[in-house]
Amino acid sequence: MDQATVNTLGFPILSLLIFLPVAGALGLLLMKSSQEGLIRMFALLVSIAGFLLSLPLFTAFDKTTHAMQFVERHAWIPAWNINYHLGLDGISILFVLLSTLVTILCILISWNSIKVKVKEFYISLLVVEAAMIGVFCSLDFFLFYIFWEAMLIPMYLLIGVWGGPNRIYAAVKFFLFTLVGSVLMLVGIIVLYLYSGGTFNILELSTRIYPYDMQLWLFWAFFAAFAVKVPMFPVHTWLPDAHTEAPTAGSVILAAVLIKMGAYGFLRFSLPILPEASKAMTPVMITLSVIAIIYGGIICLAQTDLKRLIAYSSVSHMGFVTLGIFALNVQGMEGGILQMINHGIVTGGLFLGVGVIYDRTHTRQISDYGGVASVMPVYASLFIVFTFASIGLPATNGFIGEFLILLGGFKANQWAGVLAASGIIIGAGYMLWLYQRVFFMETSEKVSGLHDLDTRELIALLPMVILIFWIGIYPDTFLGFMHESVRHLLERVNSGSAHGVSVAKNIVEILK
Amino acid sequence: MQFLMPDLGPVMPEIIMTVLTLLILLADLVIKRKETVALLSVFCIAAVVYSLKGSLGTTFNGMFISDGYSIFFKLIFLLNVIMTILISVRYIVIEKINFGEYYALILFSTLGMMIMASAGDLIVLYLGLELMALSTYILAGFIRYDVRSNEAAVKYFLLGAFASAFLLYGTSLIYGLTGSTDLRAIAGYIAEKGLAGNQALLLSMIFFAVAFSFKIAAVPFHMWAPDAYEGAPTSITAYMSVGPKAAGFAVLGRVFLTAFGSLRVEWSVILIPIAILTMGVGNIVAISQTNIKRMLAYSSIAHAGYILLGIIAGTQDGLASVMVYLLIYAFMNIGAFGVIIMLRSENFKGDSLEDYEGLAKTHPVAAALMLVFMFSLTGIPPTAGFIGKFSLFVSAINAGYTGVVIIAVIFSAISAYFYLRVVMLMYMKEPKETVVLSTSPALSLALAVALICVLAIGVAPATLLNFAKFAVAGF
Repeated sequence: MDQATVNTLGFPILSLLIFLPVAGALGLLLMKSSQEGLIRMFALLVSIAGFLLSLPLFTAFDKTTHAMQFVERHAWIPAWNINYHLGLDGISILFVLLSTLVTILCILISWNSIKVKVKEFYISLLVVEAAMIGVFCSLDFFLFYIFWEAMLIPMYLLIGVWGGPNRIYAAVKFFLFTLVGSVLMLVGIIVLYLYSGGTFNILELSTRIYPYDMQLWLFWAFFAAFAVKVPMFPVHTWLPDAHTEAPTAGSVILAAVLIKMGAYGFLRFSLPILPEASKAMTPVMITLSVIAIIYGGIICLAQTDLKRLIAYSSVSHMGFVTLGIFALNVQGMEGGILQMINHGIVTGGLFLGVGVIYDRTHTRQISDYGGVASVMPVYASLFIVFTFASIGLPATNGFIGEFLILLGGFKANQWAGVLAASGIIIGAGYMLWLYQRVFFMETSEKVSGLHDLDTRELIALLPMVILIFWIGIYPDTFLGFMHESVRHLLERVNSGSAHGVSVAKNIVEILK
Repeated sequence: MQFLMPDLGPVMPEIIMTVLTLLILLADLVIKRKETVALLSVFCIAAVVYSLKGSLGTTFNGMFISDGYSIFFKLIFLLNVIMTILISVRYIVIEKINFGEYYALILFSTLGMMIMASAGDLIVLYLGLELMALSTYILAGFIRYDVRSNEAAVKYFLLGAFASAFLLYGTSLIYGLTGSTDLRAIAGYIAEKGLAGNQALLLSMIFFAVAFSFKIAAVPFHMWAPDAYEGAPTSITAYMSVGPKAAGFAVLGRVFLTAFGSLRVEWSVILIPIAILTMGVGNIVAISQTNIKRMLAYSSIAHAGYILLGIIAGTQDGLASVMVYLLIYAFMNIGAFGVIIMLRSENFKGDSLEDYEGLAKTHPVAAALMLVFMFSLTGIPPTAGFIGKFSLFVSAINAGYTGVVIIAVIFSAISAYFYLRVVMLMYMKEPKETVVLSTSPALSLALAVALICVLAIGVAPATLLNFAKFAVAGF
């Protein structure tokens, strides 16, 4: 195996990142429910500590190699050859940083809006953080699945307990959709495990060659889990409900990190483990992506609910991400990964922004708003940044990501590129129209007299604005992380194919 | 002719259990405080567990086998009975059934299960099964003044007797064919004479499958379960949902893999549809229940369907996963019933799903416990339920039954709906009336043990898996 296993830092940073929030949650468990102020402060401190702890990843990461870094490996369940195996490469590292950052912002934005079961709320939030980081760090398929599923429990509670009026329906739908997909993936994982002679090691699994038929089956088994999470058309229907009904923090986590796990799954599992099947299925995936881009965009135009509109825009934007990934070229894939981060920042920011105003008016109906810009100028100026970034205006991060994806898309399939580009135009349509209806026009009754952002809210929104411009103006800070890993992944996908198919055929012949 | 004293070592745990239980029955006459009887019963179980260690061996000419397999199952039974006793102490006072016989009957029933697990002969198997079943019939009807409890007992008894008849019919057929009731002799005779395709043998095997399906409450032989589970005292429901089921699987594994080992293809053809039906009916009907005991009855039916996968796999790994699953199931299911029992107070039944509305607000600890048990029953990591399901699925796929496993995981996802509904009611609804919890140190202990084990096995299952692997090694 050429995958060096190194941890240049002297301490198990990934384990600490995963278990610090868990320890924080346990600490909260011991506190009295009545001490709400203390609980909030403690949760905030834990999340800030987590973020600071994750910064060494940013500085110590070696960008010149595709090998896993910060690796930890311990035997866990020897009976099944399962290891506690963690590590990061250029594909996963940014998501860990995004997770730790977003958690802080979620706690800040929930400060006053969560009034019941405060303790349980922050416990759930911290557990979600731990599970998200775990998903991105796992190099053992079993461990990955544990984190992947474990995240469902707190997320179900976040939506169902602190959500909007229709929260129970949304929570159950979210849970069942995700679970059905996940269990099918579980069957795939077991099949893969048995076929490979009993290993869950992702690095090892992605160097083997599997018969083409088996790859195809496994591809769809994994697809069931990842496509639901992304969410890809036509299994996206849980997302608008979950996004809309979740409390602000829940929506932000869903948008910023959780749905990235699906696309990440394609990158980490489907492509490297099943290269031939992935390659063969590219047309299907690109078609579904383009449908998601256009269909999601058009549906946005018809929405009357602020959060629902942003939720559908996620379907459209995630279509870009999957398009980029399955373009199977450097531009597309790097664009796809960057756009995942971008979407996390921008849509996370949009939901944070909606949360700010929802706390004041308690309505999500677009028609209830109007003239917010004249009442809350600072808020309006930050929100326009998110709007522009969502549309993909130059100098914002959205531009870089979508540009790279379209470039990759054109190279892969011209029609896909052309059709996807129309998605940007639709995007401009619904976002600008939304901005116009909410922030301009006559000042509505519900809006008049609202106070502008306070310091806490400003702090929660500013990091996202800074990141939007940072990536928009100098994306190489972030793209630099992925070059090597993406190159390596594409090598596996593209070189494996011709050679792999013949080998696979030979194996099938021999078996017969 | 010389009479040789058989080696009593292997059967010593059962002897100790019999003697001590009889003593407890006698002591009950003079002891006024029934809690003392409970304590004595716990000591009795402790003595039996201690004696299990040195009991390896075969005796009575192979009629009684004490191997790793049976010892593992006996541990499940003893764990089940000890947990049941702990959750019963306060509950049977509330139900006004605080009699010493209650504990003696539970112990006798467990003794029956232990004999079943060790049976190397169909007659011994039948003896154990009847001892278990008769004691459980009485326990199901223990609330004499309650019509539903009576109904539970009668239904359980009638259908149980029906199952016993099938078992005896199967036994007589096989005796007629092979001239033996010894499992290994039967297997040897079938192999030697090449009886594998024999119609009568097939019929006998089907009768066994039917009889055991009754015991594990597999569809379509499950009709007794919902009524019996709903009407019986809740502590006994918890007991019945684990113990007799585990015993059923113990004999199913032993008889099918030993005596009918050469008919593996035939019996898997029978067991696969039973497993699929069991998972399907159990999970789907559970969705429409409004009584939590009834819901858990259907859930318990569904779980029998999953466990059947391990038997269908027909391998040592499969058996090991069956054992692991049953042990885990004992913790999570008795844990869930423990919470239900906690809700029962003098004037409040607490077994309707509505009673759980808003429990997280009024009793956060009880709700959190129930949450863990529900997620574990669903099979969501990092709880033990996931480890159990995972090991079953691995062994079944390894044996080539991927299609059945796909069906199983889909039903398992469907089951999330009704388990989650309990969580939803507890956490996402407002409490209607104030529920008073009836706690006791014993109940708290049982719940704490269940919680710790569900989480510990979920996070660190290595020891348990190795133990199970070791236990079936000689099978």
